[in-house]
Amino acid sequence: MTTMKAKPISRRRWLQWTLVLGAAAALPGRVWATLVRPDAAFGATALDQALAALGDAPSAHEGIEFVTPDIAENGAVVPIRVAVDSAALPNVTKVSILVEMNPNPLAASFNIPLGTEVYIETRVKVAQTCTLYAVVEADGQLFMQSRETKVTLGGCGG
Amino acid sequence: MQRREFHKLLALGAAAGLPLPSLLHAQSASSDLYHVPRVGNVHLMHLTDVHAQLLPIHYREPSVNIGVHDAWNRPPHLVGEALVQQFELAPGSRSAHALTHLDYIAAAEQFGRVGGFAHIATLVKRLRADRPGALLLDGGDLWQGSATALWTEGQDMVEASKLLGVDVMTGHWEFTLGAERVNEILQNDLDGHIDFVAHNVKDMDFGDPVFASHTLREINGVPAAIIGQAFPYTPIANPAHFTAGWTFGIQERELQEKVDEVRAAGAQVVVLLSHNGADTDIKLASRVTGIDAILGGHTHDAIPRALEIKNAGGMTLVTNAGSNGKFLGVLDFDIRDGRIRDWSYRLLPIFAELLPPDPAMSDLIAGIRAPFAERLAEPLAMTDDLLYRRGNFNGSVDQLICEALMDELNAPIALSPGFRWGTTLLPGNVITMEDLMAQVAITYPAVTLTEMTGAFLKRVLEDVADNLFHPDPYYQQGGDMVRVGGLQYSIAPLAQAGSRIDQLTLDGKPVDANKTYKVAGWASVQQAEGEPIWSVVARWLRSQGSVRGVQPNQPEVRGLQNNQGIV
Repeated sequence: MTTMKAKPISRRRWLQWTLVLGAAAALPGRVWATLVRPDAAFGATALDQALAALGDAPSAHEGIEFVTPDIAENGAVVPIRVAVDSAALPNVTKVSILVEMNPNPLAASFNIPLGTEVYIETRVKVAQTCTLYAVVEADGQLFMQSRETKVTLGGCGG
Repeated sequence: MQRREFHKLLALGAAAGLPLPSLLHAQSASSDLYHVPRVGNVHLMHLTDVHAQLLPIHYREPSVNIGVHDAWNRPPHLVGEALVQQFELAPGSRSAHALTHLDYIAAAEQFGRVGGFAHIATLVKRLRADRPGALLLDGGDLWQGSATALWTEGQDMVEASKLLGVDVMTGHWEFTLGAERVNEILQNDLDGHIDFVAHNVKDMDFGDPVFASHTLREINGVPAAIIGQAFPYTPIANPAHFTAGWTFGIQERELQEKVDEVRAAGAQVVVLLSHNGADTDIKLASRVTGIDAILGGHTHDAIPRALEIKNAGGMTLVTNAGSNGKFLGVLDFDIRDGRIRDWSYRLLPIFAELLPPDPAMSDLIAGIRAPFAERLAEPLAMTDDLLYRRGNFNGSVDQLICEALMDELNAPIALSPGFRWGTTLLPGNVITMEDLMAQVAITYPAVTLTEMTGAFLKRVLEDVADNLFHPDPYYQQGGDMVRVGGLQYSIAPLAQAGSRIDQLTLDGKPVDANKTYKVAGWASVQQAEGEPIWSVVARWLRSQGSVRGVQPNQPEVRGLQNNQGIV
């Protein structure tokens, strides 16, 4: 999926963007990807840089359900799930997944068409035990839920 | 005791030349211990973590079983005198012996061996006679832990548990036989006899259930649901290749949905048959509503009472029933008009000398053992020491294994996994191959010789320490600390992850983070080639001839003043 610049978006800006997107849609895929990919956020090597590139500091929101394993069965493919209760948190436009201690913390970013029920399941790499963040943009504001996932050497059980 | 029985005893005693008081004593101890008045109409018996011990054994309860944070000084994290006081046990009694390490050798000699399927069978039959409709539940770790279980790929335990009348079970070490063998047993042997339930094992790709999540049984007209919770961290604690394509986890949310589903289907009693470990059971009970009881295992904790854990929906009982066939839990509910009016829980220690062996079970066990008799009985060495494993940091058996590994593989350092199974051998006994196998009988037994930097060694210790002492039990794995040979260290269980281990030394010198060390080990969760651990340790024991003066290498424990989980 692709994503856009992460500032509060007014209706006017949204319309401007729609025009830009309309133009961009005519471009070949590869060019399109480089145009809208948030390179700054994906390139960030620390969590605070990545969050800064996405926008303002997110606040915790109970309307976001973020499921990650307590202990990863395999750090290379960690299943995660983000679901947003649209009654509690409407108008979601973007969902980003960050893994605090990864070399590049931003693992994925999803653009959500307005009116979509947000339910995302995917797999991310988790290099070592750390906190994972689901950052949700709605009405131009950032909200989040976080969870610790442990990556262990394994063995020695029971 | 009835008059007729009394006369029979007198006659027997006279014939055996026994003094009368000892006979009376044995009889009264037995009738007190196993007199369990029936309550209500829903009856559950619970065995867990038998680890394939078909015959009576000794099993020393830990003198170190530390609870941290919420679990601080809370059952099951009380040992020795603290446990005796908490549960108001009579000092020196059978119950105190069953539940603690106190005066262990003398008490074990006095009260004799514990467990054994022929003795459990007798008790189960007695309880069933008074409790029609009772179900026998097994919490897993049933098919692994002995020579015969390994050599028959669990078949001996499958046969014995069917004869015992196990109705429902879940699993953990069962899975180390491999998915194919587990499925074979389910289809060929368990089908129609034992329901294998595990709501938290799913296909990795699509989330389809691998096993039945639960079974709904009617007990004396009351619909009761037994939901299975397999060990959530099986593919992490044990080699993942045994369960390729399956994913586990605690799956709290899915459990809540399952509980709601079985309630909606009419269940008036909902029980979770769990292999979570005690602390995880307690946390789960505080968060999931609608479960009447969690009958738990995995951490081998014998908790003599049911813990009443409050949650948003009311209260859930949590019980844990020890290990190695040493205990049988009995839970009764009185259900009227769909509601629990009363309940009662007893954790019964199985003292072999108080429960005559069931003949049919004895015959089955003899038949299982016969083909292996010679291999099982092979003497390896004498022990003058008490050999035991259980404890957070080390046991004398693990010290022996580490010493054997270091000698045989010519390594200055050995690591041995912190398993909680493994029976106890009293001093003055021959260590047989069967005794050794009770400590090492696993399906991934290869010994390994690895080069590790000092930094990596510390990381290994930190990693396992976090699995034991993480503040949140959902992040613990329920094993004990990895046992170390050669190395010394200190540990602060309450410290942050990554900074619990300190003062790591080898031969009195600090371990250098950048230097490489040779480390012997076994039971790697990676696929490894190597000689099986039992042949290495057996060779070493034969060369030693006898074992004496074994001192388990214990770390210095920091920051646990007034913790009642360590003596």
